[in-house]
Amino acid sequence: MRLELQGITKRFGTFVANDSIDLVVEPGQIHCLLGENGAGKSTLMNCLYGLYQAEEGEILLDGVPQHFAGPGDAMAAGIGMVHQHFMLVPVFTVAENVMLGNEATKGIALDTKAARERVNEIAGNFNFHVDPDAVIEDLPVGVQQRVEIIKALARDAEILIFDEPTAVLTPQETDELMGIMDQLRKEGKAIVFITHKLREVREVADKITVIRRGKVVGEASPTSTDSELAEMMVGRAVQLTVDKGEPHYTSNALEVKDLVVTSADGQVLVDNISFTVRGGEIMTIAGVDGNGQTELANALLGLEPGVTGSITLNGKELLGKTPRQMLDEGIGFIPADRNEDGLVGAFTVAENLMLNRATGAPFVKGGVLQIPFRNEFAREKIEEFDVRTEGIDQPVNALSGGNAQKVIIAREMSKDLNLFVASQPTRGVDVGSIEFIHKRVVEARDSGIPVVVVSTELDEAVGLADQLMVMYRGGIVGIVPADTPRDVLGMMMAGIPPEQAAIAPVPVTEEGAQA
Amino acid sequence: MSTVTVDPSTVLPDEGPIEHRIVEKRSVKTATILAVATALLALLLVASPRQGKTNFQITLGNEFFSIGEGGVVAVPAVPFAWICVAIMAVLTVVAFVLSYRYSKFPGWASAVFGLLAVAAFLSWAGAGAQGRLNVVGLIGNAILVAIPLVFGALGGVIGERAGVVNIAIEAQLLMAAFTGAVVGSLTANAWVGLLAAILAGAGVAAILGVFAINYRVEQVIVGVVLNVLIIGVTTFLFSAWLQTDMQRLNSTLEHRFPDIAIPLLSRIPIIGPALFNRPVIVYIMYVAVAAVWFALYRTRWGLRTRAVGEHPKAADTVGIKVNATRWLAVLIAGAIVGIGGASYTLVSNPSFNREMTAGFGYIALAAVIFGNWDPIRASLAGLLFGFAINLQSVLSVIGSPVPSQFMLMLPYVVTLLAVAGLVGKSRAPAADGVAYTVEGH
Amino acid sequence: MSTNEPLAISESQQMNLDTEPEGRWKGAFREMLAGGPGVAIGALILAFLVGSIMIAFTNAAVREAASYFFARPQDFFSALGSAMGGAYSSLIRGSIFNWEAPTFQRMISPLLLTLHNSGPLICAGLGVAVTFKAGLFNIGGRGQMLMAAVFAGWLAFGLPNLPVGIHLIVCILGGILGGALWGALAGFLNAKTGAHEVIATIMLNYVALYLLQYLLATPGLMQNPGSSNPITPATPMSAQLPRLFGRQFPLNAGFLIALLAVAFCWWLLNRSSLGFAFKAVGENKRAAKVAGINTDRMTITVFAISGALLALAGAMQVLGTVTTGFTDGIDGGIGFDGITVALLGGSQPVGVLFAGLLFGAFKAGGSMMQAGQMIPIEIVSVIQSLIVLFIAAPPLVRAIFHLPQPSQVAAAKKAAAKAAKAEAKAAAKKEVSA
Repeated sequence: MRLELQGITKRFGTFVANDSIDLVVEPGQIHCLLGENGAGKSTLMNCLYGLYQAEEGEILLDGVPQHFAGPGDAMAAGIGMVHQHFMLVPVFTVAENVMLGNEATKGIALDTKAARERVNEIAGNFNFHVDPDAVIEDLPVGVQQRVEIIKALARDAEILIFDEPTAVLTPQETDELMGIMDQLRKEGKAIVFITHKLREVREVADKITVIRRGKVVGEASPTSTDSELAEMMVGRAVQLTVDKGEPHYTSNALEVKDLVVTSADGQVLVDNISFTVRGGEIMTIAGVDGNGQTELANALLGLEPGVTGSITLNGKELLGKTPRQMLDEGIGFIPADRNEDGLVGAFTVAENLMLNRATGAPFVKGGVLQIPFRNEFAREKIEEFDVRTEGIDQPVNALSGGNAQKVIIAREMSKDLNLFVASQPTRGVDVGSIEFIHKRVVEARDSGIPVVVVSTELDEAVGLADQLMVMYRGGIVGIVPADTPRDVLGMMMAGIPPEQAAIAPVPVTEEGAQA
Repeated sequence: MSTVTVDPSTVLPDEGPIEHRIVEKRSVKTATILAVATALLALLLVASPRQGKTNFQITLGNEFFSIGEGGVVAVPAVPFAWICVAIMAVLTVVAFVLSYRYSKFPGWASAVFGLLAVAAFLSWAGAGAQGRLNVVGLIGNAILVAIPLVFGALGGVIGERAGVVNIAIEAQLLMAAFTGAVVGSLTANAWVGLLAAILAGAGVAAILGVFAINYRVEQVIVGVVLNVLIIGVTTFLFSAWLQTDMQRLNSTLEHRFPDIAIPLLSRIPIIGPALFNRPVIVYIMYVAVAAVWFALYRTRWGLRTRAVGEHPKAADTVGIKVNATRWLAVLIAGAIVGIGGASYTLVSNPSFNREMTAGFGYIALAAVIFGNWDPIRASLAGLLFGFAINLQSVLSVIGSPVPSQFMLMLPYVVTLLAVAGLVGKSRAPAADGVAYTVEGH
Repeated sequence: MSTNEPLAISESQQMNLDTEPEGRWKGAFREMLAGGPGVAIGALILAFLVGSIMIAFTNAAVREAASYFFARPQDFFSALGSAMGGAYSSLIRGSIFNWEAPTFQRMISPLLLTLHNSGPLICAGLGVAVTFKAGLFNIGGRGQMLMAAVFAGWLAFGLPNLPVGIHLIVCILGGILGGALWGALAGFLNAKTGAHEVIATIMLNYVALYLLQYLLATPGLMQNPGSSNPITPATPMSAQLPRLFGRQFPLNAGFLIALLAVAFCWWLLNRSSLGFAFKAVGENKRAAKVAGINTDRMTITVFAISGALLALAGAMQVLGTVTTGFTDGIDGGIGFDGITVALLGGSQPVGVLFAGLLFGAFKAGGSMMQAGQMIPIEIVSVIQSLIVLFIAAPPLVRAIFHLPQPSQVAAAKKAAAKAAKAEAKAAAKKEVSA
């Protein structure tokens, strides 16, 4: 089926998210939609999928104009979507998710047998196995994603939209996904592949359309270089590496010994790990999301119950302290989920800048907030950290991701630090802010304190690292230098120790990897 | 563009969850609770020993066979209680041993423990009393007391499974009781009264739906305000209208649902008269529990209802109308709660009285949580609470040594302990209480 | 493979699009406050309209005239008119100014009664509002008031020899302690066991009720000696709140205490570090935790403060309103009214003050309606709850009165618009930085 978008315009209030976008996707073709954060790619696809109603423009399938009142209509017309945040009911089984909205019944009862068979049949076509009776929340994200694909195919989708599908995958899983996409292409499906990862684009795309600030800024060829693509995407030349000098070690150190974090239901989320970070050094922790990195970072702030082992900072034992006491020890902490853990959205910029300092001087005296001091402080910090805001009284949920993150960075770096821990410091942040944040992280390291950075983006982990640690299923796979080859790191992220990873065959044929 | 092929031999092991190592934990919670209960009962027996025998009325005379002398079994009160406590102590030890071995104390054993505790307590409380402890009545009346709780819990389960918290169960029960009384009295027909009560329950649910689903008002707030509103409305109408002509408007004495004996089943000792010689609403209740379970877990409606309660956006993306599904669930839930409300004035009482639901809607809500949002378990929780409530009236008949106020307090304390003790094990539907908004339209 | 890949920019979580954390109750209030005066007036009109229909329906004369409506419709309308006129004139005469009274003193006495009634309502509303601010919901006002009454009452009857003044203060502080403990118990159950606070507080209401009933029914505890009724002795004069305008007016120092409580709550929520922590927990519990705030302790503290404020209401009842001995109905439904007061007042202390005054007036006027027009006082709680319901749903009120909607599907678009705004800003900034 041939998909054609003509002049799609979508506005939110006065803001134009999609400005007269034209796009043609041919059957048997993988069409990449490349663009920065907030460029409007997802909005466009949501219009196509009937989740949003475009104000102007038309959607044509095989030349026939379509009007989708909701996703049901889009699906009926043969459009399937693999959502970035999987649209799967976590407590349902695979079969239940696949049949939902499309249920076969026997009398008044559900025909679950038919649904199971459908799952097995589609999975069989792609040579992978998914247990139809497995409950979604028990499955790893890679398998969940396959269920999303099965769900779309079970509805006979001819056009498949993949929205940032690789964000949650290991490099190996990503390669497998590419294989599946390739097979779908061969079957004549039209595929829209939304991403911001240039390597993937060059690997599978037949055609590339770049979107910036709601507009199509041009088409690119899969043979374009990284910097060409990046420049098109951002609209200016982009610095692709982190600029940092040689580390200067100090006598400070964070020492973690035999650390075990156990969840309430007995899962060992961090499994007996030990490492040392010297002052003046950045230790980055790489790995696929959900392998214990977040829990490790949380444990460093005393946020996890059920922790054993030892965490010493400059010789002082910190294990067992409350987050408040940890903060008072001079720990700067950037949580992985900015909106959930880092900021109070409805609070103002000024209030958020004192969020974890509301217990004593200088922000509080005798239980009373020192508002003039706070305001003065906030004005200074938004200047110093380049937070673009209408003022210190603006609620932070009105800020962009990058600026919101800068509020956290400003808060955490405006005190005497002995340790700096940052989880996913640039997740969902625009390129300009990324450069700024990286500069600040490097500055913290150069001030002579130990710095721990957790990042699931391998490029960032490599770029910032003095030492790089890879975690898998709660344990350390290895601690390696930053210049370790990427394919070795990729294997490590799948749990293969570095000494084996270095000699093991690359799971994807050389030809594919070199594309 | 080169092709990418996947070599199956190197596909990495990714079937199954991100497997973290699991350390088994010994949970001594259950065992500790059992130990405390055993110790408390033993303490009661030591501190306040009582003389004489306790007469348990086991059969009423209509059963297949009779147990004891004229259906009465007299046991020496305190020794019998001690025997029960001894068995409870054994069970407690078993629970500790099981927890040491990382095993779970089975549910049926907990039930046995509970029965023993009740038997021991009743035996102690009834010691030397002239009257008889009517075991049949104890169970049978508990069923009657539990009718609004079970229907309320079923309604609560359906609503919350669809993502709508229904604090207004109380309001639905009360409005249904009121409507059932008025319509039942005016038409002199319990069935018409029941139908009206069902509509009344659904009517209150519709108000909840308008505010909670269409206008996305915080659901707990709507529920609480609705309760205040309906208490006000019914009490107002009761004072200003019903009381002007009680005989015509508010008297169901002659028109209530009569007991119906199920052939054979009703003659089984103890459970026969208690469970199978009851008004028709009780039988509707048995059917409703099974029907709700089947509908929720085995039908298309149930799958979609649960989907909108767990992940409405996922449901939306497969073409399910989230708010319409929720609306339907809320109305069905209201209708079911309405049946429970009707039992007040068409089964248990001969007329409507102000605030006669006395917070049962909230207890039903607790049963929903206690029952882990499962229709069968919530219904059992409703029965348990009904039993606890009924215990008081039984004990007051035989002249119990425990002040009646403390017995009245019991169901609420049980609920409190249940809700406090069960958390972590129970899990609400993920989108429970969250209004769904479609963006971008 | 090169390592100088562009830095990954993931589109997850970007612009707070649909993951914006929002306090559980916060959204509700924002909606309610976003309505503006048009919606507030509309809600009042709608609530009174429904109330009027109920009054008309139950009015004997109106019903009789309705039975021959088509024969003589003017009879119906005149009956309707006199029913409404009677009802609302007594509502006003009972609550603000009684122009039919013989003396000026008696004329303004209703206004003072309104102020008197509003004291406990304001305190109760503040108590509930404080929990709303912390993202919690206290439906346990009744239990907390009853426990306050037990403590305050016991100190009042049990220590009759304390000097005037001291006795009153001891009783008030004792009452506060009782309510605070009962509230803290609910907070403890919520924080430490995870029991839902709505269920916990409701159950504690009943526990407190039966506890009080036991105390009242047991000679030697709180039962009035020589009486077999479940009622306490009278509150001694030394423990009574002083009346502000002499014995003939009920208004006592309780109202002043309520004003102080308003000021205290305003300070607490807007100027104190404790209030800052409350609000942080209420708006985003997880972020509060990461910011080093002990959320469990905050939950218990909030409930203790809330219980203390409700206890003030309970103490005012025992020490000011019902001084001839009290029963298990001493709370007078104020614990529940506090919820509607808090909602109507948008959980802001000053808003609660005015909502409390309004409801105090309803209560005073409602009594007059009941006495003079035989209209059951429950009409007041019907109207009150309807006001809250309508105010909670501004789009509904706007639709009914054809008021302009802020936009086509006002609230639905809010989130999207906000996200878009952020997105636009981000884009603009990028341009700036480029």
